[in-house]
Amino acid sequence: MLRPSTSLPRRGQGPLWRNPTVRALIVQAVLFLILAGFIGYLVHNTLNNLESRGIQTGFGFLEGRAGFSIPQTLIDYTSDSSYGTTFVVGLLNTLLVSALGIVAATLIGFAVGIARLSTNWLLARLATIYVEIFRNIPLLVQILFWYYAVLRALPSPRDSMSLFDLFFFNVRGVVMPDPQPLPGFSATLWALLIAVVATLLFARFAKRRQMATGQALPVYWIGAAIVIGLPLIVFLASGAPLAWTLPELRGFNFRGGINILPELVALWLALSIYTAAFIAEIVRSGILSVSHGQTEAARSLSLPGGITLRKIVIPQAMRVIVPQMTSQYLNLIKNSSLATAIGYPDLVAVFAGTTLNQTGQAIEIIAMTMAVYLVISLTVSFLMNLYNARTLLKER
Amino acid sequence: MRESTFRTQMTEAREAPDQRRGISGWLRANLFNGPLNSVVSVVVIGLLAWILWPFLKWAVVDANFLGSTRADCTGSGACWVFISARFESIIYGFYPAAERWRVDIVFALMAVLVAWLAIPRLPKKRLVGLFTLIGFPIIAWFLLLGGHFGLPEVPTRAWGGLMLTLTVATVGIVGSLPLGVILALGRRSKMPFVKSVCVIFIEFWRGVPLITVLFMASVMLPLFVPGNVEFDKLLRALIGIMFFWSAYMAEVVRGGLQAIGKGQNEAGQALGLGYWQRMGLIILPQALKLVIPGIVNTFIALFKDTSLVLIIGLFDLLAIIRAGLTDSNWLGFSTEGYVFAALVFWIFCFSMSRYSQYIERRLNTSYRR
Repeated sequence: MLRPSTSLPRRGQGPLWRNPTVRALIVQAVLFLILAGFIGYLVHNTLNNLESRGIQTGFGFLEGRAGFSIPQTLIDYTSDSSYGTTFVVGLLNTLLVSALGIVAATLIGFAVGIARLSTNWLLARLATIYVEIFRNIPLLVQILFWYYAVLRALPSPRDSMSLFDLFFFNVRGVVMPDPQPLPGFSATLWALLIAVVATLLFARFAKRRQMATGQALPVYWIGAAIVIGLPLIVFLASGAPLAWTLPELRGFNFRGGINILPELVALWLALSIYTAAFIAEIVRSGILSVSHGQTEAARSLSLPGGITLRKIVIPQAMRVIVPQMTSQYLNLIKNSSLATAIGYPDLVAVFAGTTLNQTGQAIEIIAMTMAVYLVISLTVSFLMNLYNARTLLKER
Repeated sequence: MRESTFRTQMTEAREAPDQRRGISGWLRANLFNGPLNSVVSVVVIGLLAWILWPFLKWAVVDANFLGSTRADCTGSGACWVFISARFESIIYGFYPAAERWRVDIVFALMAVLVAWLAIPRLPKKRLVGLFTLIGFPIIAWFLLLGGHFGLPEVPTRAWGGLMLTLTVATVGIVGSLPLGVILALGRRSKMPFVKSVCVIFIEFWRGVPLITVLFMASVMLPLFVPGNVEFDKLLRALIGIMFFWSAYMAEVVRGGLQAIGKGQNEAGQALGLGYWQRMGLIILPQALKLVIPGIVNTFIALFKDTSLVLIIGLFDLLAIIRAGLTDSNWLGFSTEGYVFAALVFWIFCFSMSRYSQYIERRLNTSYRR
C-alpha cells in the first residue's frame, strides 16, 4: 500500500532549516559574521600596536625627505627628493627590467620552442635540455649565480673586456656609448612616427585590396622599407644631428657613456633565461595544438611552406599561445621583485626595503607595493579576457 | 615470344639503400638532411664542445671533492671541498648535533610516505594520504620542535639547511592543498557572498609577488596579534606561503571541477546526497584525479619558491650556502656554492616533473595525437 502523499512534507513546508534558500542565507550570514569579527579583531590589535609603538598612520610620510641615494634612476632624483619620489623611481626601475626581460624572454623562448620541434635531432635535444635545466632551478638561485658567480668574476674596470672599443664589460657592469641628440634631431623622430602611421595605413589598404581583387602586395617588405628608410633619409638630410659620447678609462673608472648596473644585467639575464624556458614550452604546445589536418589541407591547396606557417599554423597557434604567454609576462613582472636579493633598485628593494626601514610605515608601504602589482595583474587579465572573447573560435 | 607480363615468383627483397642504414644513415636522416640542417648540426656540435668539455673539466676532472679546509683544494677546477666540509650544516642548519636523529626520523618517514603515495601499485592510498595530511605533520612538529615527552626543545631559529627547505615545502604543500580545494568549491558556489569572498581572496594572492607576501608576513603580521604574543618568524612565513599557494592551487582544482560534467552532480542530487557527500564522494575524486599533473606542477613551483625565505632572513638551503660564501676562510667559491644549490633544487624539481608526466601518461588525461 502506498502511503498517502499528504504525509510527505511539501516544498516550502517542513522545518525552516531544511529550506535551501534559508540555509544559504544562514551559511552566508555566519561566514560574514566570522570574517567581520576576525577582521575587526585584526584591526583592533593593529591600532593598539601602532598606538603603543607611537607610529602615525597615513600617507603624510610620502612628503618627507628621503635622504638616501639610488644607483639607477630614470627620472631626476637626489637624496633631497621625497619618499614619494622613491616610489616612482622604484616603479620605473621595475618596469624597465620587466620590459627588457619580456622582450628577451619572448625572443629566446620562441627560438627554443621552435628548435624543440626541429627535425635536427641535435638541435631539438639541445633545446629540450635547455628547457629542463632552466625551468627546474629556482629563479633566485639563477639570479644569485649570474650576479655573484659570473658578473662578479669579471675583471676590474682597468682590464675590462671590450667589444670594438665601444662596449666594455667589467665588474661594475657594462659601459656603452651614449647618444646625445643635437638640435634638429626631433625631425628624425617625427619622420619615424610618420613612417609608422603610413605603414599601418598602407597595410590596411593592402588588405582591403586583397579582399577585393585577390592580389597580395608585399606589405612586409614595403613596410620595413618605409619604417627604416624614411627616418634614415631625414636623419642624413638634416646632417646626422647625433653625437656619441664614448666611454673613456680615467684612473680607475670609466667616464662618459652609459653605465649599465651589473645588478640590472644579472637580473635581466636570469629573468629572460628562466621565463624563456616556460615560453618555449608554451610555443611548442601551441604549435602542436594545430591539428595536422590543417597543414595537410594547406598543402593540398599547394600553398607554399612559408604561407602555411604564417597564415594557417601561427594564427591558430596564437589562440593557445597568447593567454598563457601573458600569464608568463605577469609572472616575469612579479618575479622582477627578486631584485631585492642582489640590490637592484626596483620597487620592492627601494620602497618596501629602504623607505620602509627608514619610515617604519609598514602598512601603508606594503599596501602601496601590493597595489601596484595588483593593478598591473588585474589590468592585464582584463585585457586578456577581451582578447579571448575576440579570438574565441566562432562555431557555426 | 614476349615475356609474360606478370611475375610468377616473388622478387627478392632488396637491401635498404646504403644511405638509410646504420650510424651513417641515422646521422644523415637526423643531422645532415639538407644544407641548412648540416650547418646547424656543425654549429651545435661546436657549441657543445666549447661549453660542455670545459665545464666537465672544471666540475669533475680537475676538481677536488673531499677535505676539510681550503688547503685541500689543489686542482685547477672546482673546489667541492667547500660543500663537503660544511655538508652537515647544509643538511641540518644549526640544529644541535645531538638531536639530529630526530630530523633523520622525520626525513625517513617522509620518504616512506612520499614513495607510498607515488607508487601506483601500493594499496590503501586514501588512508596513507590522510595520514600524510594530518598525522605526519603533527608527528613531525613534535619531533622537530621538541619540548614534550622529554625531548629538549629546539627553537625554529636553529632550523636550517635542506631540513628547513623541506619543512617549508611540506607545510606549504600540506596546507595549500585542502585550503585550495575549499576555495575552489567556494568560487563555484551559488551563494553570492561566499563566491565573492573566494574570488577576492584568490585574485588578491595571485596578483602580488611572493616576496611582498613574505615582507607582509615579516613586518605586518606582528602588528595583527596582541602586543604581548610572540609570533614565530618561521610560522609567519609559513602562513604567508600557505595562503599564497592555496590561491594557485584553487585555480588548478577549479579547472578540474569545471571538467566534470553537470550530470554527475545531478545524479548525486537524484540519489538524495547532500552537498558535502556529492562533492566528497562524486565530484572531487574525479576532479582531483584529472588535475594531478597541475597539482604536481604547483608543488614544483612552490618548492622552487621556498628559496625566497632567504630574503626575510630564514636560513634555508640556499641561504646556508650563501652564508658560507661570506665566511672569510672560504671567499671566492660562489660558483661552486650556487652550482651545488642549483643541482639540489634541480634534482627535486626534475624528479617531480618527470613523475607528473608519468602520471599524466598513466591516467591519459591529455589529448594525444
